[in-house]
Amino acid sequence: MMKKVYINSVGSISSQKTFDNDEFLNDIINYHTTNISVVNPNYKEYLDAGSARRMAKGIKMGVVASKIAMDEAGVESVDAVITGTGMGCVIDSEKFVSRLIDNNEEYLTPTSFIQSTHNTVGGQIALGIQCKGYNFTYVHSSSSFESALIDAKLQLTLDEASTILVGGIDELGPHMIQVHGLIKHIKQEKTIDNLAILNSGTEGAVFSEGANFFVLSNGKENTCYAELVDVEILNTLSKERLEQQVRSFLNQNKMTINDVDVIVLGNNGDVSFDEYYSVLTNGLFKNTQHTAYKHLSGEFKTVSSFGFWLGAKMLKTQSIPQIVKLNDNAPKAIKNVLIYNQYRGENHTFVMLRTC
Amino acid sequence: MSDLKEELKGKIIEQLNLEDLTVTEIADDEVLFGDGLGLDSIDALELIVMLDKDYGIKLADPKEGKAIFESVNSMAAYIEANRK
Amino acid sequence: MGASIAITGMGMLSAIGNNVQENYDSLVQGKTGISKISRLSTIHKDSIMVGEIPYTNSAMEAMLGLPKNHSFSRTSLLGSLAAKQAVASAGIRDISKYKTGLISASTVGGMDMTEQYYYDYLENETHRRFIKEHPLGDGTNKIAQQIGLNESLVTTISTACSSAANAIIMGSRLIKAGKLDRVIVGGTDCLSKFTINGFKTLMILSDTYNTPFDENRKGLNLGEAAAYIVLESDKIVKAENRKVLGYVKGYGNTNDAFHQTASSENGDGATAAMEKTLKVAGVNPSQVDYINAHGTATPNNDLSEGRAIIRVFGKKVPPFSSTKAFTGHTLAAAGGVEAIYSILALQNNTIFPNLNFKTQMKEFNITPETHLVEKELQMVLSNSLGFGGNCTSVLFSKEP
Repeated sequence: MMKKVYINSVGSISSQKTFDNDEFLNDIINYHTTNISVVNPNYKEYLDAGSARRMAKGIKMGVVASKIAMDEAGVESVDAVITGTGMGCVIDSEKFVSRLIDNNEEYLTPTSFIQSTHNTVGGQIALGIQCKGYNFTYVHSSSSFESALIDAKLQLTLDEASTILVGGIDELGPHMIQVHGLIKHIKQEKTIDNLAILNSGTEGAVFSEGANFFVLSNGKENTCYAELVDVEILNTLSKERLEQQVRSFLNQNKMTINDVDVIVLGNNGDVSFDEYYSVLTNGLFKNTQHTAYKHLSGEFKTVSSFGFWLGAKMLKTQSIPQIVKLNDNAPKAIKNVLIYNQYRGENHTFVMLRTC
Repeated sequence: MSDLKEELKGKIIEQLNLEDLTVTEIADDEVLFGDGLGLDSIDALELIVMLDKDYGIKLADPKEGKAIFESVNSMAAYIEANRK
Repeated sequence: MGASIAITGMGMLSAIGNNVQENYDSLVQGKTGISKISRLSTIHKDSIMVGEIPYTNSAMEAMLGLPKNHSFSRTSLLGSLAAKQAVASAGIRDISKYKTGLISASTVGGMDMTEQYYYDYLENETHRRFIKEHPLGDGTNKIAQQIGLNESLVTTISTACSSAANAIIMGSRLIKAGKLDRVIVGGTDCLSKFTINGFKTLMILSDTYNTPFDENRKGLNLGEAAAYIVLESDKIVKAENRKVLGYVKGYGNTNDAFHQTASSENGDGATAAMEKTLKVAGVNPSQVDYINAHGTATPNNDLSEGRAIIRVFGKKVPPFSSTKAFTGHTLAAAGGVEAIYSILALQNNTIFPNLNFKTQMKEFNITPETHLVEKELQMVLSNSLGFGGNCTSVLFSKEP
């Protein structure tokens, strides 16, 4: 008997004020630079000084977002912790590489090396909640978070675990910002209006960071946001083959285009790659409600976890904030939400959420 | 000697990110590891590099650090006896 | 465990050989791959020893037929060669005939290029194509391209030194759940100044040949390797009349939740991982014929792992050995390398020696196998333990 999988809680730290679960994008912040940080909660409320002293920002974000999600779900531990991160602990990696070069391999200290390990956040969460169960970290660009979702979903469906903490985390580092500007993966504009970025017509994206965690379970709790119906990741996909792949994703879930009430799109305002989304909005999903979020969150490798948060919130509240709407085809009720993302034409992901 | 102790306390706070502490809050004989200040094996490795970089003292075996890093007193005494 | 997970192909490069056969020959001849470092320029070259693969990057570029301005890191070059060997050895001609995925493991990724051009990127355009190659996922995508995998489930696992073993777990689960019919799993990591200096700061690098499970062990030697195995479902095995090399019989991943880098004194996490594995496989400890231990030769790992083995197997500890003295610790690739060694052990009914062992550890009385032993083997357990408390065991068997 295959079990259903539910999103029982969320915890989001992003460039918007999302760490308070009672709010839903009520108060929007606009940014005018091409690399943006998160709105920090008071980390000291969640972390004692002893455990926080070695943590770079991304680790703090990840650990605290996971705590927010666990608090909401009312659980103190979980059976497994599965994280996704596209870049890993960038700040500590940069610190260690630059010191290595600057000091010609002498007088290096271990802390930044240890913290630079890609599974640091997952390990720190386990250490903090004393979770001795399964602990995996996926590091695969823009499908890192979805890889973690697939793993969690398989375990919950097969009843190998009953409660799993899943999250996506990425942080910005100064060198990363510098070099991605040089290769124009970051937009070249000196100042920019982030809320209007989806129509910028220029190349590159606005880089940012964030952490979004979720307690997934094969038992539905009162706090339930949505059912996680299916997840698919594809390493390559051409625009010409996109609709075909969407159809087969719907088919394998016995759904049709008309069953999708809202589509959450990963547009980031990069004129070279946003055409993927146009294929769907001008084609199969012409008459569906289109939403987007990267003008609020910026772009990072696990930003689709913010799209996942948005989908879950829309289903739970049965509302669509005006700021995320790209058109005006609001459904009477939101039953199914399809989330589609890709980054620079690679690592395409489809996620289907349903009301619970 | 007391100057060295103050200097060490400052370095411990900075190197180990003990940002909530001040120099005056660390007693000369306070136990640094475990129950005292709560330092651990990673901190010991950080302190070994500090000995090397700032005082020219090389430890080959991390186990040697245990006695040396017991307190600010023991660190200062070791540095006085071995610095170059 | 329900549906069986067949292993139908293997491919690898390590310090003791550029393919599976060469690795087997070195294991049987007791020939170590540990030496002074020659390819990387580091100030530590006289104070450490490593397991280096002799191929230069340009030799591998030529073997793969890459264009001049390619952006493969050494990690991806090694990974591509090993994955291609694995696919070829399974006899796969049309990879898209069945639903196929790739799960690769790495910790270093494109760091070898990043550390080389870190400041150069800011001044010159010449090497900027490697910027995008830095994250682990881009390397995996290159390997996917090399084996012709498109529109497929391709992902990367990074859980420090247990990474490739975890890729085997996830690949097995995907087949078991019927999500994929075939998954190529394994890992790749090249040597880099980043990891050499990182482990140096932890003061766990040996200045001589590593000596797993020896009382006087001084630490590990780092190594580089890439190793992949092909996992296939019963459906493919039947339809293609495959020669099965062995099976993934069980697996378990746990967390020590003790310390960021060190293992708990009594090996709680490793004990739980081995117990979980046996439970998933539905076998008793007494059915395990050989353990390919993680055995890095650090004071902490070998004590913790040894105690865990005793906790699981009690008075009847099966023969065990660590092959790290041959290859060095190959980090994310280690679980793949040792998966292949476990399968070679099964295929050839041979236990590989734990080189360099001289003195019994005083904390317990279990002793690794120090000679090549021929013995009928049905099941081999492989351990992989990593930073962040990550503990993994995988059980390989001759029969499904």
